[in-house]
Amino acid sequence: MRLLTGTLFALAIATFVGLGMTYFALSRGAAFGALPIESWIAWPKTGTVDADPYARASIARAGRLPVALGDGVSFTVRSDDNGKFLDGRCDIVLSGITPAARFWTLTLYNNDGDLIANSINRYGFTSEEIVRRADGNFEIVVAPRANPGNWLPTGGIERYQLVLRLYDTAVGVSTKAGREVPMPAVSTRSCP
Amino acid sequence: MIRWVLLLLGGALLGGVVHLATVIILPRTATQDAYARLTPIAPVNTVVALPIPSPEKAIMPFMDPAFASAVCRYDLSEGPLKLTVPVSPAYTSVSFYTRYDVAYYAINDRAAGRRVIELDLMTAAQHEQVPEDEEITAADRLIVESPTPTGLIAIRAMAPEPGLMPVAQSAVAASRCMRQTEPARTRK
Repeated sequence: MRLLTGTLFALAIATFVGLGMTYFALSRGAAFGALPIESWIAWPKTGTVDADPYARASIARAGRLPVALGDGVSFTVRSDDNGKFLDGRCDIVLSGITPAARFWTLTLYNNDGDLIANSINRYGFTSEEIVRRADGNFEIVVAPRANPGNWLPTGGIERYQLVLRLYDTAVGVSTKAGREVPMPAVSTRSCP
Repeated sequence: MIRWVLLLLGGALLGGVVHLATVIILPRTATQDAYARLTPIAPVNTVVALPIPSPEKAIMPFMDPAFASAVCRYDLSEGPLKLTVPVSPAYTSVSFYTRYDVAYYAINDRAAGRRVIELDLMTAAQHEQVPEDEEITAADRLIVESPTPTGLIAIRAMAPEPGLMPVAQSAVAASRCMRQTEPARTRK
């Protein structure tokens, strides 16, 4: 009897710990080979055959197709430069420049990867659509209400993520986080 | 007391094994991965245009709304496949994924260097059967080896602004992926 309860106890712990760790790892999107640049993060290796088992599992679980490395690299940001989660009720400003790429797109998703409905049917920007200043820098305001300039509507949702995809770029597996890869700064301007 | 601590430790160790095993097995058991989501709408060895993602409906999460896309769900067991993709004015890319959604190759319009991206997709075994002189005479033939006999080809054309979406859509819609009935022989 003692043996039985002991075995059952150990197996229950194993199930709980094992599945819990798997769930946690996959919902956090953990994978090796992350390339963090300021508050942005990319996993260039996820778009190659060298994708590690964690990357493969989270791709399969999400049901998405990763951006292949020969195509581009996708950077995600979930919190501003001060570590505060991006809140759709606040005005968030992206400013600066992007790494060299032939094209880029910036898209707003909820945490499940769905686009957010809004009044002007704008889900993101492409590098061609953006209005830049004379020095080439741009400013994008991600906010629930209309703003002058480059306005990306949030639909007022609480949490979202921005995905910056660089197409036909030199940024990749061999890129080191540093000065040669400038990413736009992310700051919360005002919150109601 | 010690017995329970040991059991707890043993359970936690076993839990690590369970964790690694589930992570490795998961891609093979996932019923809602990209390949499974595309299977009902994409017949084998045919290019199918995907609807532009919208908040109400998207076939896969994290699709780029600035792109017109199409997929070819391929099966090479009957023979190699020939893929032709006309390039759109802005940016066109073709990405290859295995059955388990791992990207193994991608090419874009600039790397292809012409108005049409043309390539042959085959398994390693089929590649070995291509006569060597054929490969030399057709040096401009791009051959891609698929690590798995089945998989996905994602064809994507960018619309830099919404007004250019129809152009991008017509470019991906004009793509073809079809089986080569007589591999490498009928061609000059």
